[in-house]
Amino acid sequence: MRKLTQQVDEVVIRFAGDSGDGMQLTGSRFTETTAIAGNDLSTLPDFPAEIRAPSGSLAGVSAFQIKFSSKDIHTPGDAPDVLVAMNPAALKVHQKELPPGGTIICNSNAFSSKNLKLAGYETNPLEDGTLDDYYTLYSAEMGKIVARACADMGLPSKTVDRTKNFFALGLLFWIYDRPTQPTKDWLAIKFGKRPELVEANIRAMDAGYNYGDTTEIFTTRYTVDKANLPPGTYRNVVGNHALSMGLAAAAEKSGLELFYGGYPITPASDILHSLSAWKHLGIKTFQAEDEIAGIGSAIGAAFTGNLGITATSGPGIALKGEALGLAVIAELPLVIINVQRGGPSTGLPTKTEQSDLLQVMYGRNGEAPMPVVASATPGDSFFVAYEACRIAVKYMTPVMLLTDGYLVNGSEPWQVPQLDNLHPFDVKFADKDQIVDGQFMPYLRQKKTLARPWAIPGTEGLEHRIGGLEKEDVTGNVSYDPENHHHMVETRALKVEKIAAEFGSTEIFGNTSGDLLILSWGSTKGACRSSAEMLQTDGKKVSHVHLRWINPLPNDLGEILIKFKNVLIPEINYGQLIKMIRSEFLVDAKGLNLVRGKPISSSNIMQSAIDLIG
Amino acid sequence: MSESSVKTYTRTDFSSDQAVRWCPGCGDYAILAQTQKVFPDLGVDKENFVFISGIGCSSRFPYYMNTYGFHTIHGRAAAIASGVKLSNPDLSVWVVTGDGDALSIGGNHTIHLLRRNLDINVMLFNNRIYGLTKGQYSPTSEVGKITKSTPMGSLDRPFNSLALSLGAGATFVSRTIDRETKHMQEMISRSHGHKGTSFLEIYQNCNIFNNGAFAPLTDKETKGDTVLWLENKQPLLFGVQKNMGIRLDGNKPIVIEIGDKWSVDDVLVHDESDYVIAALLSNLTYQPDFPDPIGVLYAIDSETYEDAMVKQINTAIAKKGSSSVQDILNAGDTWVVE
Repeated sequence: MRKLTQQVDEVVIRFAGDSGDGMQLTGSRFTETTAIAGNDLSTLPDFPAEIRAPSGSLAGVSAFQIKFSSKDIHTPGDAPDVLVAMNPAALKVHQKELPPGGTIICNSNAFSSKNLKLAGYETNPLEDGTLDDYYTLYSAEMGKIVARACADMGLPSKTVDRTKNFFALGLLFWIYDRPTQPTKDWLAIKFGKRPELVEANIRAMDAGYNYGDTTEIFTTRYTVDKANLPPGTYRNVVGNHALSMGLAAAAEKSGLELFYGGYPITPASDILHSLSAWKHLGIKTFQAEDEIAGIGSAIGAAFTGNLGITATSGPGIALKGEALGLAVIAELPLVIINVQRGGPSTGLPTKTEQSDLLQVMYGRNGEAPMPVVASATPGDSFFVAYEACRIAVKYMTPVMLLTDGYLVNGSEPWQVPQLDNLHPFDVKFADKDQIVDGQFMPYLRQKKTLARPWAIPGTEGLEHRIGGLEKEDVTGNVSYDPENHHHMVETRALKVEKIAAEFGSTEIFGNTSGDLLILSWGSTKGACRSSAEMLQTDGKKVSHVHLRWINPLPNDLGEILIKFKNVLIPEINYGQLIKMIRSEFLVDAKGLNLVRGKPISSSNIMQSAIDLIG
Repeated sequence: MSESSVKTYTRTDFSSDQAVRWCPGCGDYAILAQTQKVFPDLGVDKENFVFISGIGCSSRFPYYMNTYGFHTIHGRAAAIASGVKLSNPDLSVWVVTGDGDALSIGGNHTIHLLRRNLDINVMLFNNRIYGLTKGQYSPTSEVGKITKSTPMGSLDRPFNSLALSLGAGATFVSRTIDRETKHMQEMISRSHGHKGTSFLEIYQNCNIFNNGAFAPLTDKETKGDTVLWLENKQPLLFGVQKNMGIRLDGNKPIVIEIGDKWSVDDVLVHDESDYVIAALLSNLTYQPDFPDPIGVLYAIDSETYEDAMVKQINTAIAKKGSSSVQDILNAGDTWVVE
């Protein structure tokens, strides 16, 4: 039968299955292939904290959403167009987010009475007609077909059954007209030492592809044109990987050795994994005994002249609090990465949230101001990491870098940066020239930045002592003098404020005045930009400003805010940036605060905007 | 470590310009003096010494040494020192800590430093009391210690710091006493000479809050019978006349008197490389019927963490060739948009 081909602008697919079904892998393979196909894309992995929750249970459902488009997109999409459900639990959890008219693709072999019961179905939804009124339902016997495809290979049936995700992948490749060859090449590398697994997965994928091509069930294929991206060389990049490369780039450009001290924590561990694989770049990674030793070792490294880095998530920041204060008073360059996740306490370890902003701003004893910068997209994490390192060294200060679970596991097409084009990053350690009257002054500051000299052990003549006790400015000697303490509190605050001189004027998406300004920070940028675009298309006087640095805030922000009748601040928290903005600028900003462990959707933001301005 | 110094120093080269602020009569003075005395002879350029401390009376130490120093936060000196050493393995890194700092709030960092075997020298000033917070019992205080926080006596059993460090996998375990200045100099030199983490416990008198805690070990009248001076490959003899010895009765140590029944040949011979002997000696502490050992209990050669780390980096460079981050940026599936 002749198959139709239909052109569409954008598609959102959600792969969902048991934790053991390989949904993250399936999603990332589809992503890589889609990237090569030249679409713009954005992804959202969503997996449980349990490594292997009981098979078939609702708690064990793992999902991966990808939106790809021929247009420039900013988010992984709100609701899916297509739901791939590998078992009843996956269908149960995700069906409610699939709008009527959507497509469901199921592995009918997994719809056993046991699995149906685990998912809470009394009857089989593939057979009882409940889905047919609303959705286009395709159910394929994926388990049986892959078993047939691999029948002559003599592999254990369990091994063969585990290839059914590649059947689903192959089917999706057919529907959306993507090549299978890149995944075949990838399989050959991934399972190089086990050629039988390469073969079995290829057979499963081909079976899925041919299933679409030859059966009469599927009548239409869809094509999504290449996105109109600026010219250049592109790759797909995942947030944590981009961030790690940004740190490595900072080390290479500055000539500093990179020392990373950290303790494994979801969702930050991939930074440790990435960096520890790059020993050939001279990168030193130290898996410390706990969070405090992670930052402690990084502070020791910074004192010794390395680029000291540590990364963690919210609970780890709480443990590192005292050491953060030490880095502030010792005025040492250090980058602390906080991959935010749902809280409080252990909270939702694998879900995303923006709820640590006030913790990193104010969560330390004493007056301990610290610059705070946030990544906006997976690829942006590279540039933010580089910039955090550069500012830390230039101003001799710890810098807090915020990212979140969505950003670090999400991915997007990315124009490969060139090291030569990055901001210059020069470092000068203190030397004997800085000895005044036979004395080295460890707190003698540069006028413009207020940075103190970075005098590292091993440098003759600059022997000096620093520590957590208040110091006298210039000499660095321990001081309990009231005037000096007040002066030092002011100086440390002023030093952070001075960083604002690095920013150009704030970019405003839309007009410089109007009915509504949407103000964002971190990963909500994409959804806010999409909303502003759509509202502007509808003729609304809406603009969007995104904050990369939250401390210090841009010098021109106050002037921008007052030119709008309303200010809306969407955040994945209970209202944090909004507190800072209201107290700093006395602006009656409104919040949109959705704390559900997932990104805020643009439809939510548009609704809030319309509620405000009509 | 930089052993190539051609510079000569005197003890005053190691004295900073800061006034020393310990209580008059504190045992810390003796430790500072002996350190400043020994350091000129260690053959290390002054700029390559780094002192890292936590919080407590002992942790003021770096301010008084004219070397690089960092007075950090409570319990974390070992962690910060680890970062220093890994960032520049050529430095001679010293951790100055106390019984509260190293064994209570910082206990975790202490044991992990010891098991990793970084070439860092730990000097633990053990006064069996919290001095800086004005006199609460510490994790090395004896059971029943009456203090401000334990008016009816402390309930917890004390840590045995030497046994703890042996259990943590330390490659060098030693002890000295603040009053035995010559011995302390020797122990500081031995600590420096050991490649790997050196653990040196220094019994130190807090004359304000725990005065006389070690008096039986330092008073002329008693110390002959209460201190066991360890010497490698020598029999474990003590007593003013050196006529008492430690002998193994099965697996149990017993005290014997040299005379009619026992000769020196019956006395256990110390061997710094023998873990079983070290463990046995460490457990004599807190036992009223035995003398307390001072000296080197245990010293073995084992690869340091930083050497192994540098080796891995060199292996990776040899395997992949030294490359640029640009290669990693360019890696993977890429496509060109015209």
